[in-house]
Amino acid sequence: MGDKPKVAVVKLTGCAGCQMEFLRLEDEFLDIINSVDLAYFVMARSNNRNGPFDLAFVEGSVSTPRELNELRELREKTKTLIAFGDCACTGCIPSILNWVPPVTSAKVYENFSAIHLKKESFQRIIPLHELVKVDIQLKGCPPHKDMIVETVKAALIGTKPYLRRHPVCVECKLKENICLLTFDKRPCMGPVTSGGCGAICPTAGRVCEGCYGPMSDANAASLARELLEGCGLSEEDVVRRFRKYAGMTPAFAEEAESL
Amino acid sequence: MPVKDIDVDYIARVEGQGQLRIRTLDGNVDLVEFGIFEPPKFFEAFLLGRKYTEVHELTSRICGICPVPHQIAALRAVENAMGIEVSEQTEALRKLLSYGSHIQSHVLSLYFLTAPDYLGYDSIITMAKDKPQLVKRALKLKKLGNDIEEVVGARAVHPTAAVVGGFTEIPKKRKMEELKRRLVDSMSDAVETARFASRLELPKFERRCEHIALGSNNEYPIIKGRLVSTEGLNVEEVQYRQFFKESQVDYSWAKHSTVVDRGSFLVGPLARVNLNHKRMSERSQELLDEAGFKPLVFNPFMHVVARAAEVANAVETSIEIIDNLKYEDEAVVEDSFKPKAGEGYAVVEAPRGILYHNYRFNDEGIVEKADIVTPTAHFARNVENDLREFVPQIIANPLKAATLRCEMLVRAYDPCISCSVHLQKVDKRTA
Repeated sequence: MGDKPKVAVVKLTGCAGCQMEFLRLEDEFLDIINSVDLAYFVMARSNNRNGPFDLAFVEGSVSTPRELNELRELREKTKTLIAFGDCACTGCIPSILNWVPPVTSAKVYENFSAIHLKKESFQRIIPLHELVKVDIQLKGCPPHKDMIVETVKAALIGTKPYLRRHPVCVECKLKENICLLTFDKRPCMGPVTSGGCGAICPTAGRVCEGCYGPMSDANAASLARELLEGCGLSEEDVVRRFRKYAGMTPAFAEEAESL
Repeated sequence: MPVKDIDVDYIARVEGQGQLRIRTLDGNVDLVEFGIFEPPKFFEAFLLGRKYTEVHELTSRICGICPVPHQIAALRAVENAMGIEVSEQTEALRKLLSYGSHIQSHVLSLYFLTAPDYLGYDSIITMAKDKPQLVKRALKLKKLGNDIEEVVGARAVHPTAAVVGGFTEIPKKRKMEELKRRLVDSMSDAVETARFASRLELPKFERRCEHIALGSNNEYPIIKGRLVSTEGLNVEEVQYRQFFKESQVDYSWAKHSTVVDRGSFLVGPLARVNLNHKRMSERSQELLDEAGFKPLVFNPFMHVVARAAEVANAVETSIEIIDNLKYEDEAVVEDSFKPKAGEGYAVVEAPRGILYHNYRFNDEGIVEKADIVTPTAHFARNVENDLREFVPQIIANPLKAATLRCEMLVRAYDPCISCSVHLQKVDKRTA
């Protein structure tokens, strides 16, 4: 019992969808709880134990001083810290806030300063790697459950998990889909987006919205040109596409900035 | 026992980051705070300037447990604003998607979050060693709910196939028949779940308060309906803001909802079953009878029994929906509708209760105003009012036991705290 890897599942600013994907491992659940010690997982258990942890899955970005402290403490006592999902990796959808003036966001509460005194918010979404060293990035909104299994397996045998960095297009081709971008001139983000999802959206007749963030070495400028000229999108439309799931990443930030 | 304080810094086995602070003096309650330190994500602010085609996709990310209700509320609000009509098949598929969402969320709540309290465990992890059959049943049912979402919506967490005007892909008959086979096979698990819930020793506590749910004359409503209550409320969804208001409290990022001129209210499975039990499937009504559930029930712990009966109702209704599907080839492209200026409203039943979305668009389909009120924001004040009456009954117990009882009351509501920190409209004109 003693040598089972000690695992923490931690939530910061996110929607719990990544933790839900973890709990969606229904077929593997009994094996997982037998092979690792799920010592800290507030949504799933009481009597949560403190570290040290071998593995920490951190869902969500940092948006409050409380979370910043929590993350720093966790880093101290964790061997392998995983940015679990887009919010942790890039800030995801909530990071759209970073382009909204703080006075607008404060309008969500009629007396923002009163509540802000007791419960502080940066009013800004910060991905984990800007604050601490991140060992593994599990991309996706949410990351596919197979990637969670891969990460747990790798930890058990002491290797690095094999994670895909190719574009969605690779998986789309394997599904033998007709290309939505080149044939239908529809604004698909597949060519710049990291795979791992199995090309769910194009397979269901929908353009890729980019929910796994940029692939490695993404050519955002080329796609932007195609979206403008080939698909007839407006510049505002293209900016909205790049400032969605991963607006903070250098590849997408630069492209949105240049338009 | 002059002073007794109950403090839970981080409530476990609920979604999100919440805390409890209760102060008592000589058995009387001085202070009750159900505080939410879940950081606000300001969705209403950053939705301004976004496009009508992506509103449901963005608001899905308010909650990973109930992305489907958020998507359907957003889609219906957009369609209402632009006068887009959807087909019967689209309505049927949205209902099925919602039932999938209710099944997985309810099973999570019943077995993962609630059961350990009543069976004496700290989690399903420790419970699995002693009660493998129970846990296997939970996993099987939960997977079924997720798989309904995956077949209909292309993905379980944050589905992608539901878009403005319909679905980008109509599920294949072969896959639906396979789902139906599993639904039929799982009916016995749903019945066992209802019986399991009815055998739990739920605390005896009653507090009369207003219960609010969607109402309909011909079905158990979950994706649309009028707003009805045990106090005679009966209004259209567009009238929401005339009857509901929010107030801010400085210890929580979630605002508190009340009914204008009345007070706090309860939403969720108990309110739905109290108000709509006659429109549930016969089998689920029998299960309620068996459990001794005689509407109206005002014990908030009975949420658990109502939730379990709803699982059976969802399984049976899903079979019915699949049986009536005609598989019309009506796939739509996600941006095939011409945007129109306008304002739209929608209320749906999320697993935890009514969820309100409202948007205003300009003639290019860009969001100019967003207003979202979630189930947990709706019932947050009511949880506190319950605790004010419940705590004096249990405060004589040792602190640990009393604290656990308070947490159990909170868990009966199955709060979804990530959701709760979104409310209040943000309007371009004032922002």
